[in-house]
Amino acid sequence: MYLVVLTVHVLALTIFVGTALIIDLRFLGVFMGYVPTSVVLARLLPWSLRGFFLMMISGLLMFYASPVDKYNNLFFQAKITMLLLAAVNIWLFLKTEYSTITEWDQKTLPPIRVRLVGGAALTLWAAIIAAGRLIPYQQYWFN
Amino acid sequence: MSLLEICHSLEYLPVLIEMRSSPWIFPIIAILHLFGLVIIGGAVVVGDLHLLSYRLTPQLVDRIAHDMERLLIAGLLVMVITGVPLFMCFATKYYYLTPFWVKLSSLILVIIFTFTIRRNALTRYRENPVVKKMIALTSLSLWTSVALSGRLIGFP
Repeated sequence: MYLVVLTVHVLALTIFVGTALIIDLRFLGVFMGYVPTSVVLARLLPWSLRGFFLMMISGLLMFYASPVDKYNNLFFQAKITMLLLAAVNIWLFLKTEYSTITEWDQKTLPPIRVRLVGGAALTLWAAIIAAGRLIPYQQYWFN
Repeated sequence: MSLLEICHSLEYLPVLIEMRSSPWIFPIIAILHLFGLVIIGGAVVVGDLHLLSYRLTPQLVDRIAHDMERLLIAGLLVMVITGVPLFMCFATKYYYLTPFWVKLSSLILVIIFTFTIRRNALTRYRENPVVKKMIALTSLSLWTSVALSGRLIGFP
């Protein structure tokens, strides 16, 4: 059962971060600059969110399987902290730059603050994946 | 020399012995391997959604297909470059693991499928929509098989 949930978690992560990667690369202005940012967001964000919710549900089930171990795991703690930071990053974008999207929507290179959001998001997704993959290594490295 | 003997000799190359004895080289390569899968995931999802009639934009299809293919190749390169040392590290063990052979077969099949049938379908406007959907579902199933069997390798 745990293996099934873990597999779903990895597949959900692939959909979530895979689509978020394309959105963030568009924010950075290095990928698909010829497609308006609003179009990329409108078409990919729903899939990113679907992947995210599936990832959260499977993640909560895995946490529920061994809550104390996970709670005490340094990599798990780092992963959750970075997830919260990623949420703050998205919230800041929605509160600030998103309200002016009509001004930079068609631009190949979005404003510097949007690029910073994209860069921060990419760094955080990479760190979240790394921390998640390292969760089993706490036992080998620290215990 | 049998395949098993080749696996055995690969596993005991000095560099692989070094890699196994290090507490951090294997996990770092495994993380990079996962990055490769995620990059592939983005490119595959966008391409297959397009075939399922959920287009990013009705225009610029050729350009988007080309960019998604570039992203897919980048992900594949990361996955293969990191996958080879991960395999070599425990080659003898993997030789006996069914999920490893399932993953390898699915990967070879999906690469051939992606760069032949799927590539043509992505840029062919008059293709039957039902055929396009079948191609997208085949692609998604094969990639799921790669990810799923890859995950099972960690649970012998």
